[in-house]
Amino acid sequence: MKLMEFQGKDLFRRVGIPTPRGAFVRTADEAERFVAANPGSWVLKSQVLMGGRGKAGGIKFADSPAEARALATELIGEILKGVQNPEGERVESLLIEEKVAIASEAYVSITIDRATKKPAIMVTAQGGMDVEEVNERDPDAISKYWVDPAIGYSPFIGRRLAFAAKLPAGFHKAFPSILTGLYKLFMEYGANLVEINPLVLTKDGAVIASDAKVELDDNGLYKHPDLKEWNAQSTSDPDQMAAVAIGLGMSNYAKLDGDIGVIANGAGLGMGTMDAIRNAGGSAANFLDIGGGAQAKLVKDSYKLVTDDPKVKALFINIFGGITRGDQVARGIVEALSGNDLRKVPLVIRLTGTNEKEGRAILAEAGMNPVETMDEGAKMAVEMART
Amino acid sequence: MSIYLDKNSKVIVQGITGREGLFHTQRMLAYGTNIVGGVTPGKGGTTVEGGTTVEGGVPVFNTVKDAVDATGATHTILFVPPQFAADALYEAYDAKIGLAVAVTEGIPAHDMLKIVATTPGMRIVGPNCPGLVSPGRALVGIMPGHVFAPGRVGMISRSGTLTYEIVDGLTKAGLGQSTCVGIGGDPIIGMTFVDCLRSFASDPETDALVVCGEIGGSDEEDAAAFIREHLPGKPIVAFIGGRSAPKGKRLGHAGAIISGNVGTPESKLAAFAAAGVQVADRPSQIPGLLKERMAAAAV
Repeated sequence: MKLMEFQGKDLFRRVGIPTPRGAFVRTADEAERFVAANPGSWVLKSQVLMGGRGKAGGIKFADSPAEARALATELIGEILKGVQNPEGERVESLLIEEKVAIASEAYVSITIDRATKKPAIMVTAQGGMDVEEVNERDPDAISKYWVDPAIGYSPFIGRRLAFAAKLPAGFHKAFPSILTGLYKLFMEYGANLVEINPLVLTKDGAVIASDAKVELDDNGLYKHPDLKEWNAQSTSDPDQMAAVAIGLGMSNYAKLDGDIGVIANGAGLGMGTMDAIRNAGGSAANFLDIGGGAQAKLVKDSYKLVTDDPKVKALFINIFGGITRGDQVARGIVEALSGNDLRKVPLVIRLTGTNEKEGRAILAEAGMNPVETMDEGAKMAVEMART
Repeated sequence: MSIYLDKNSKVIVQGITGREGLFHTQRMLAYGTNIVGGVTPGKGGTTVEGGTTVEGGVPVFNTVKDAVDATGATHTILFVPPQFAADALYEAYDAKIGLAVAVTEGIPAHDMLKIVATTPGMRIVGPNCPGLVSPGRALVGIMPGHVFAPGRVGMISRSGTLTYEIVDGLTKAGLGQSTCVGIGGDPIIGMTFVDCLRSFASDPETDALVVCGEIGGSDEEDAAAFIREHLPGKPIVAFIGGRSAPKGKRLGHAGAIISGNVGTPESKLAAFAAAGVQVADRPSQIPGLLKERMAAAAV
């Protein structure tokens, strides 16, 4: 689950990381009232999950209640588009924060490093910009530390990183304790990523988290019933929501650019099927891993999900019957797809493994083009999509 | 010989009386796996159906320690829900189990971070994996046993069904397998490609290897580096699933950077090429390529 900035900052405050003074609002009325009650210079920040929010025009500055109202009216309901999400994301709420006088900006993050199986901390004095760019331009400017999970975080790590990354002296006193809080959050909430960019040193010497990027491991969310509400309202990926709606895992479905629908049992086989289609000169319209059993209801719902995409011209179902017998799977497919309520697209089914011959006979009887190998099926699906 | 598992390995099943545990216990027994007991708290003293292989049924114990004390088990397989998996792995470690197979999907990554850092000496296969099999000897996992055949090809894979697909092809081409390890698809796993390669390297009965990877992570790059250094000349064919997947949907920028911009198909292909490992474009090519390699190496 990716958190919005206001949610991330809520967690920051719980672990003692300083954040700017401000308010979370959902309407222009609230924005106007807040600024009226708290005169000064304020930043209006659109609450979205996409990156590049500033470049997309999602951040504005207001010095008066009227200005706050006008800008909030403009922002709320607007669809922000960026390089990373051409489809755009609708702004539902704003975070209003005091405009701070910036002396210096740093970057700090903690993520899970798969290769070393350790939490990895990254720090650079070049905050406020895309850290990938920093990495490409000046990789030595990024200091890293891999924490031994059996020992955990100790403040010396923060001190060492602050010196190694050459953070300005004003950061030095606060940084180790901010990192203590960030590591605590990372561990307690089971985060895949926690990032402060920028971590700001203000002109009056305070160090505060100006932005917050937090991504939590969905598998660990059960440990935090207090975050359930955020999970329910998080505007997640439409593909993920579609998958969950029919009882698939969140990452079992993804829409792609091609015109051949794919249903396979297993993630590896699903990816292999997409590759086979490309090798046959075509292009997959989606990735769909239906899981082990391929039950009739799930086959039907998956078929519907895939063929609801109008660009799908043919469908390739690729099943390797492992523990589930091929004849059972075939019966499930025939039962699922025999109704008249489904969009008909040319269909090829590859069925192999346990009881494959019996399974293919059942499919052939129902006119469903059974084939024996993945390459053969991919080739046939590509031909069908062309005609 | 095989690695990690043979027909004498004593195996227990944690969660043996659950639906999945029971189902797969029967399948593993039928395959010939030496299942000596199971664990379900509160059901100690009972037995579960042992089929024709275990007279009087498979004994169930309350704790892993009881099971190990009574049977001398060295291997365990866990059929427990994700929220209890960490505890079950620690219980296995405490009882001095040598190898644990975690089939469970959905174990929090932070649980695994802590477990792999604090259970030295215990091999963990998985999580989110189909287990391992030494064909003709024993199977500890949920793999369909009949697609495997005994032989001299070792296999390591990050995926389940793709493994069956590839193994099916090997078996039909007359290339049996010494051991197949499904290392699992989660971000944080116990045994990696490199761990398995190291074991295969010292197995006199494994002549050739198939490494089945996927896009993402850097396990394949690490495997290629290991092969380059320690297994030059060994007949090895690799496969990388998901090469046609579009870039995008990454786990945040930090993750991409910390792993040194690896994870792309290009990076993995280049790493295998540098190690002299041929990468098959499609699973169906693997048996042929492997045979060529084996002929060239005269094994």
